[in-house]
Amino acid sequence: MVEFALHNAWLVPLLPALSFVIIIFLTKPWPTLSGLVTVGGMLTSCFFASLAAYGVFTNHKYAEEPLVYATRWFTAGELNIDVGIQLDPTSAMMIFMVTLVASLIFIYATGYMKGDPGYSVFFSYLALFGSSMLLLVLSSNLLQMFVAWELVGLCSYLLIGFYTHKISAREAAKKAFVTCRVADFGLLLGILSLQIIFGTLNLTELAEKIHNFDQYTTIGMMTLMAVLVFIGPIGKSGQFPLHVWLPDAMEGPTPVSALIHAATMVVAGVYLVGRMMFLFHEVPSAMELVAITGAFTAMFAAAIAITQREIKRILAYSTVSQLGYMMLALGVGSLTASMFHLWTHAFFKALMFLGAGSVLHALHDRADVWKMGGLIKKMPITGYTFMVGCLAIAGVPPFAGFWSKDEILLAAFDNGNYVLFTMAAITAFMTAFYMWRLFFLAFMGEEKAENHPHESPWNMTVPLIILAFFATVGGLVGTPWAPVWGEWIFYGHPHHVEPNYVIMIGSVVIGLAGIYLAYTLYLADKEKARAHALAKQFSFLHSLSFNKFYIDEIYLWFNHTIVDGSAKLFYLFDIYVVDGILINGLAAFTRLSGEGLRVAQTGRLQNYALVFFLGVLALAVVLAFTDPATAFGLVTGGAK
Amino acid sequence: MDGFPFLTAILLAPVAAALIMVFIPRDEGKLIKCIAAMGTFVSLALSLYVYFSYDMSIGGLQFVEQIPWIRDLGVSWFMAVDGISLPMLLLTNLIGFAAVFASWNVNNRPREFFILFMLLITGVMGTFIAHDLFIFLLFYEVVVIPIYIMVIIWGSSKRVTKEYAGMKLTIYLLIGSAFLLVGVIAMFMKSVGILGHPDMSFTALAEAGKQLSAFDQKWLFGLMLFGFGSLISMWPFHSWSPDGYAGAPTAVSMIHAGVLKKIGGYGLVKIALVFLPIGAKFWAPVMAVLGIAGVTYAAFGALAQKDLKYIVGYSSVSHMGYVMLAIGSFNLIGINGAVANMFGHGVMAALFFSTIGFIYEKTHTRWIPDMGGLARQTPRLAVAFMLAAMASLGLPGLVTFIPEFTIFVAAFQVYGGLAVIGIAGIILTALYVLRAGANTLFGPPRDEYNHLEDIRGPEMVPLVVLGTVLVVGGLLPSLLFDMINSGAKDIMTHVEGVLKIGGVL
Repeated sequence: MVEFALHNAWLVPLLPALSFVIIIFLTKPWPTLSGLVTVGGMLTSCFFASLAAYGVFTNHKYAEEPLVYATRWFTAGELNIDVGIQLDPTSAMMIFMVTLVASLIFIYATGYMKGDPGYSVFFSYLALFGSSMLLLVLSSNLLQMFVAWELVGLCSYLLIGFYTHKISAREAAKKAFVTCRVADFGLLLGILSLQIIFGTLNLTELAEKIHNFDQYTTIGMMTLMAVLVFIGPIGKSGQFPLHVWLPDAMEGPTPVSALIHAATMVVAGVYLVGRMMFLFHEVPSAMELVAITGAFTAMFAAAIAITQREIKRILAYSTVSQLGYMMLALGVGSLTASMFHLWTHAFFKALMFLGAGSVLHALHDRADVWKMGGLIKKMPITGYTFMVGCLAIAGVPPFAGFWSKDEILLAAFDNGNYVLFTMAAITAFMTAFYMWRLFFLAFMGEEKAENHPHESPWNMTVPLIILAFFATVGGLVGTPWAPVWGEWIFYGHPHHVEPNYVIMIGSVVIGLAGIYLAYTLYLADKEKARAHALAKQFSFLHSLSFNKFYIDEIYLWFNHTIVDGSAKLFYLFDIYVVDGILINGLAAFTRLSGEGLRVAQTGRLQNYALVFFLGVLALAVVLAFTDPATAFGLVTGGAK
Repeated sequence: MDGFPFLTAILLAPVAAALIMVFIPRDEGKLIKCIAAMGTFVSLALSLYVYFSYDMSIGGLQFVEQIPWIRDLGVSWFMAVDGISLPMLLLTNLIGFAAVFASWNVNNRPREFFILFMLLITGVMGTFIAHDLFIFLLFYEVVVIPIYIMVIIWGSSKRVTKEYAGMKLTIYLLIGSAFLLVGVIAMFMKSVGILGHPDMSFTALAEAGKQLSAFDQKWLFGLMLFGFGSLISMWPFHSWSPDGYAGAPTAVSMIHAGVLKKIGGYGLVKIALVFLPIGAKFWAPVMAVLGIAGVTYAAFGALAQKDLKYIVGYSSVSHMGYVMLAIGSFNLIGINGAVANMFGHGVMAALFFSTIGFIYEKTHTRWIPDMGGLARQTPRLAVAFMLAAMASLGLPGLVTFIPEFTIFVAAFQVYGGLAVIGIAGIILTALYVLRAGANTLFGPPRDEYNHLEDIRGPEMVPLVVLGTVLVVGGLLPSLLFDMINSGAKDIMTHVEGVLKIGGVL
């Protein structure tokens, strides 16, 4: 059975795709059935993925030599593109995580979306989303990966804009697609150059050829390609400056947010960079770019999250920030730490988004955390599981986030780049602070009279409990004393680090300090007077942060003024110059000359005779100057 | 199979349908439409058969029918297909069949409409399977007449009147073909000198082309480039396209944007390039630059539009820019991409125009600010619209992506940074199609459209047929590419052979 799953891993993305097709063509009129088809497809897929992952993680040869099955997709001249699956510890971990988290989110969605008129369609999109992500993860070829990458983008577009009648949802969906498109343009150029220079896009072949890249190209070209490829993940993984779409993506139904932020979509960028480590590894300056982008994004997004009021928006910026961590880890060369954080983050972020969905469900979409309070009393399961998530993201041991964050801090420190390390540490403090700010405001303190919360049904709470379990113990696979994780998922050689107790204790202290600050400002202080005073005192910084540093406004301005302005110019040029002057001008010329000539056609013989005579006369005059004899002959009618 | 003249049968099926229609009373609209559907279906079925029974391992011209016709001019009824003509033939029939159903609600003089439409399809198909220059030009001119009549009778007037649109379309294409004609006649005269006897067949002319001087090749190619280029709406000879499509009735827009303008690209590849390789190499950078200019210019143009048909009109100019860029790359990958992109764009544009046609029929407007929220009221139309929109922006998994990717590889390899400007078109495309989609389909539904009926029955055919091709062609690109590659390989082998000799001389 394990062997079967190992050698037929293509079933993992195929089953959810089948659910999509079944719903679209068959079960659309029966919502419950459609939900079952999607959940069933993903659970079966999860079963196969678990078997395949078991197969990979019990046989160490797959850590050295990935299992690849590929077949030709198309040929055009000397361009040969394959499709296939590539199973190694990294992709095995990913398919297990994605199918598991997606299954839980799908189950949750059966409760959350109950009664929605678009229930069946929603589940078909979810299935397609999961399928595209799994295809991306398993791709053995970069172009195939790009295909899945774009399909993930399409699904996010459809799901973010799922409430089609809402203008905000429509705009958010468009924004997500276009922002990612801008980034994909870079990625596409990168893929094109790789294809042209190395003549292949198969990951394993590329890895070999790039290892000896000096036979093919220069380091300058390599840097350019690495940067181009990295632009794609900047968009997809919401890195600065293309992070703008991600917070708006919460316009979709909450299970979608959970799916986008945890298991699919955004981690695709991190995963792609991880998959392309063989390219980045050869180019130190590109690695630096990745690290700096990551560290900056982490801090930047945390700075925004501190002042946001909507529960899902805070979580969204925390995702951006945590993705920055993962990029930072990649940039300092640690695939291990990055994938580890991706793994733990998937659980606690899915948990928190689903928890937020549970809250919104109970409060009928009242999203402002300042208008919540004391929810933990009426919604204990949601509240306590959410607390687990907050503990995990704040880096409190032994919860999952602690181990992976510690790993990243350690990697940055070992790399010797202390600026990046400091940025990461400051971010850790801010993270603990804003997450617990959210928690204290929403779940603790006094209940608000106008709210009538109630605990969510079992199909929403059970996934929360399971995710809380993983958010608690999920990090134990990679403790410094038993670094199982690093023995399997690594780039180059297995990853072993000595536990660094200073950093470990330091990060715990930082996390606890953040929590304590949040406690004093938002829980101990009943009137929140100090918090308000601080906001007033630093009103400039506060509004900068609250307005997301006005990045959206800048883009909007650019889009509406520069892009639309040039469009208008081009169009006016087209209708007035190309069409108006050239084409219609030519037509008018033809028509006018026709009309002019028509004047001459009077039909009177005398007029024609006159013209004829004048013509002869003119000819005679001309010739008289050049050849008198002929002119004479002409006038006299040739008489000699 | 052998001996049966498949290609002539494909060609005559719509003609037969048209002849039957002549004898049907004018008020039998349903019956007329059914006959039109039958005629196009027979062609479609036969061309599918021919497509899948073409032997790619042998390649070259197959299903050949050759009957001498005008001996003094060396004209013969020479019908054949290869890897380049077959996809175009199939495309014509797919779109022709779909277009009949997209015109299901034409109730103004349906008999005349469908008779003209049958002739139009026949003309287009003829250009793709004729391998005799005279016959090719004959079909090429046959196409223009029905289009003119159809636009001025069944068209619609918006920014420009339908009479203006029809006139512009016709005259523009006639001017283009006049230049083409000069080039072709000159080519023919020279070939008579070289071969010693008149022969209009493509094969003979290709042989003759080998011995043309570089100078002759250059100016002849220039004339053909202008002729074919204005047909494929090459920038800056594109301005007939948005106005023409906007004025034309749905079926004409579908056929015109879907296949007719591809005759330009087809002619450039199968005639100009094969006959005049040296000329082609000389003009290649010009084609590439004009292609890139067209991509960007028309994409910006589309961004400024508020009429749905104008958006698709400009977008088709933009997409044809990619075809020009591909031919200008002057390599095998590029030719593959050019032909495949013509196929992909054809299917997409036809679906787009049929969808817009339905929207217009139901809402009586194409003006985007007057629309919104149609996804609620007409979900199937929304699916069709989104499918076409996604294909337009080259979404992977749909038939348009791989051709574009191939073109990018070809162009990037040759033109480097210059090609990047063209590739950037994918961002602009996403911007304008998503904006059009969002403002038409999404947002709050409008009360005045609550009564709208979604497409159903025969109206579903364009969505089903073209949508299937979009998806299947996208998931299994080798269905298309193996065919095209076999044709393109022959062409490029010939071209490189000629260039090598030219190099020695």
